[in-house]
Amino acid sequence: MRILVVEDDAEAAAYLVKGLTESGHSVDLAAEGRSGLDRARRGTYDAMIIDRMLPGLDGLSIIHALREARNQTPVLVLSALGEVDDRVKGLLAGGDDYVVKPFALNELLARLAALTRRGNAETRLVVADLEMDLLSRKVTRAGREVELLPRELRLLEYLMRNAGHVVTRTMMLEKVWDSHVDPQTNVIDVHVGRLRQKIDKGFARPLLHTVRGAGYTLRPE
Amino acid sequence: MLRLLRTNAFRLAAGYFALFAASVLALLAFVYLSTADFVEKQTEATINAEIRGLATQYEQNGLHGLIDLINARIAGQQIRATLYLITDDRLNPIAGNLSAWPAATTVRPGWIEFPVEARDRDARETGSALASIFVLRDGYRLLVGRDLRDVTAFRSRFNHTLGWTALATVALGLAGGLFSTRNIMRRVEAMNRTSENIIRGDFSQRVALDGSGDEFDQLSANLNAILERIERLMTGMRQVTENIAHDLRTPLARLRARLEITLLERPDADRSLEALRETIAEADRLLATFNALLRIAEAEAGARRHTLALVDLAEIARSMAELYAPVAEEKGLAFTVETDPVIVVRGDRLLLSQMIVNLVDNALKYTSAGTVALTARRQGTLVRIEIADSGPGIPADRREVVFDRFVRLEGSRSTPGNGLGLSLVRAVATLHGGDVSLDDAYPGRSPRGLKAVFTLPASEGSMAPRLPPVALLRKPA
Repeated sequence: MRILVVEDDAEAAAYLVKGLTESGHSVDLAAEGRSGLDRARRGTYDAMIIDRMLPGLDGLSIIHALREARNQTPVLVLSALGEVDDRVKGLLAGGDDYVVKPFALNELLARLAALTRRGNAETRLVVADLEMDLLSRKVTRAGREVELLPRELRLLEYLMRNAGHVVTRTMMLEKVWDSHVDPQTNVIDVHVGRLRQKIDKGFARPLLHTVRGAGYTLRPE
Repeated sequence: MLRLLRTNAFRLAAGYFALFAASVLALLAFVYLSTADFVEKQTEATINAEIRGLATQYEQNGLHGLIDLINARIAGQQIRATLYLITDDRLNPIAGNLSAWPAATTVRPGWIEFPVEARDRDARETGSALASIFVLRDGYRLLVGRDLRDVTAFRSRFNHTLGWTALATVALGLAGGLFSTRNIMRRVEAMNRTSENIIRGDFSQRVALDGSGDEFDQLSANLNAILERIERLMTGMRQVTENIAHDLRTPLARLRARLEITLLERPDADRSLEALRETIAEADRLLATFNALLRIAEAEAGARRHTLALVDLAEIARSMAELYAPVAEEKGLAFTVETDPVIVVRGDRLLLSQMIVNLVDNALKYTSAGTVALTARRQGTLVRIEIADSGPGIPADRREVVFDRFVRLEGSRSTPGNGLGLSLVRAVATLHGGDVSLDDAYPGRSPRGLKAVFTLPASEGSMAPRLPPVALLRKPA
C-alpha cells in the first residue's frame, strides 16, 4: 500500500517508515502539518498515519480539511494517552482509527490493514469451509451448523472480515466489545479459546491461529 | 521600622492619615475664619446700636440727657464692657468710664483702637478697645467703644483650643495609624515567617490562628488548608515516585539481564528471536504499568472531569460482566450478576468500565472456589455496586493499604498484577464524588470472602439507547 506518514518526531517517524517498509508498504513522510496536508491533497494514498500533535497544523485539522474536500482516505491517528478525547473519537466515527503512543508496530500494522478493508457489502463471509450468513446470522463449518452465542458471533464476524490478517486483542476488545478498558487478565484469550472450541474442534485443519506476540488470525490453513 | 515604611499597609495608613489630618485642619481653619469675623462684626454692631440709642437721647434731651443716659448705662454694667466718654472741646472728661481721652490709633474714619489698663476692681490685664468717636455741638466729643479684652481672651482661648485640637488629631491619627499598621504587619509578618520556613523546606509549619475568626484568621486557615493539601500531595507524589522507581527497576533490570545473557550465549537465530520476543513482552508489561499509572493520575487530577456525561452504569456493569463470564466459567466459579434495568449516573464510561473490570478481575483472580456476585442497584440518591467473592479476603487492618499504589499483599505475588488495580478504583470513586471500601463478604465464616462496595451519586435523567460498535454497523444493507 502507499502510505503517507505525517509525524514530526524524527525517531518515531524513522520507526514507522522502517516498520512499514519492512512490511512491504511504500511510505511518504512529512514532518510538519502544512506540508503533510499538501502531500495528502496532491498524492493518492491507500491510508494515512497522522500524529495528533504537529507543528504548523495539528493532525485533527488536517483530517478535517481533507474530509471537507471529500477526501475519504482512511486515517490512523497517533495520539498520546491523555489526548484521546471526544474530539478524536467524533472525528474518527466514520470508521477511521487511532493508536495510543507508545504503540507496538504489530498493533499499528494490524489496525492499518483493518482500516483499508472496509465497505464490502457481501451477505456471506467465507473462510475455507467456514461460512457465515450475515442475514440469518447462521454459521456452518463443512456444512454442519455451529451454535454461537451473540458475542461469539460478533467476534467471529470480525475475524472473518479480517481473514488472513492479524487481529490484536485490543482491536477485538474495541471492535467487538466496544470498550477501551485495559483487561487485567487476558480475558480475550478465553473468549477466543471458546470460539476455537466451537469452530475448530474435530476438524483436521484449524482455522483460528494464534500469532505470537501479536494476536490472532483466521486463515484457511 | 524601615521595613515598616516600605509596606503597603503603612503607605495606606499614611495616605489615609494625611487625608484625615488635612480635612480636620481645613475644618478648623474654616471655624476660625468664620468665628473671628463674626466676633468683630458683632462688636461693631453692638457699638452702632449703642450709638443709635445715644443719638436719639441727644436729639431729644441734649447734652445733659446724654450724660444722664451714659451714667445710667455705666451704673447698670457688671463689668466694664461698653466704654463711654464725653469731653469738652479741650478733651477734659465730663462723663464716662474712661479716665482720659485715649491716645489712639485711627483704624478707619470714625473708628479708633486704643489700649485700656486694668483698674482696681477689674482683674483683667491690659488690653485694647475699639471705639467710635463723634464731635458734638460746641466742640464736645463723644466716644463709644467696647473693651476688646473679652474678645481677645475668647479669641486666644479659641485659638488655643483650635491648636490643641489640631495637634491632638494629628497625634491620635498618627498613633492610631501606626498601631493598626503594626497590628496588620504583625499578622502578615507571621505569615511571611511561616512561608519562609516552608520555602526553606520545613513543610510541617503552619500559620498560627488567633481564634478571632477575622479575615486574617480566615486567610491563615485557608493557607493552612492549602499547605495541608500540598503536603499530602507531596507525600503521595514522593511515595509514588519511590514506588515507581522501585517497581519499575525490577522488571527493567530483568529485561537487561535477559538481553545480556542472550548476548553472552551467542545463540542461534531461533534462540535470538525467542529472546527478542520475550524482551518485547516484558517491555509491553512495563508500558502497561505506565499506562495504568497515567490513568490513575488522570483520574486523580480530574483531567477527565469535562468528559463526564450521563451513562447507564447498569449496562456498563452487565457488559463488563459478560466479558468476564467465560473466565469465571473456566475456573468453575459461579458468577452471578444482578442489576437494576437502568442506572443513570454522570460519569466517565471508560473509567467506570475499568473500575468494574478491576474489581471483577480481582474477585475472579483470588477466588479458587465458590461464587463471585456482582450487584448494581440504585438506593435513593446513591448508586451502590457490590462485588462479593468467597475468596480468602483481606484482614481488616490491610483493607486501606491495598488502595495504595503498587501494594500487593503477601501471597498474591505469584498471581499476575501490578498492584495498581484498586488504586485506580479509588481514583475513579474520587473523580465521581463517590467512595469505595472493602469488607468481609461472609463475616464470621471461613473463608470470609471479600466484598468491595463502590458508591457514587445517582443522576436524574434518561439515557438514549447505546448504539452497537461502529464496526458492526457496517452490515450489508
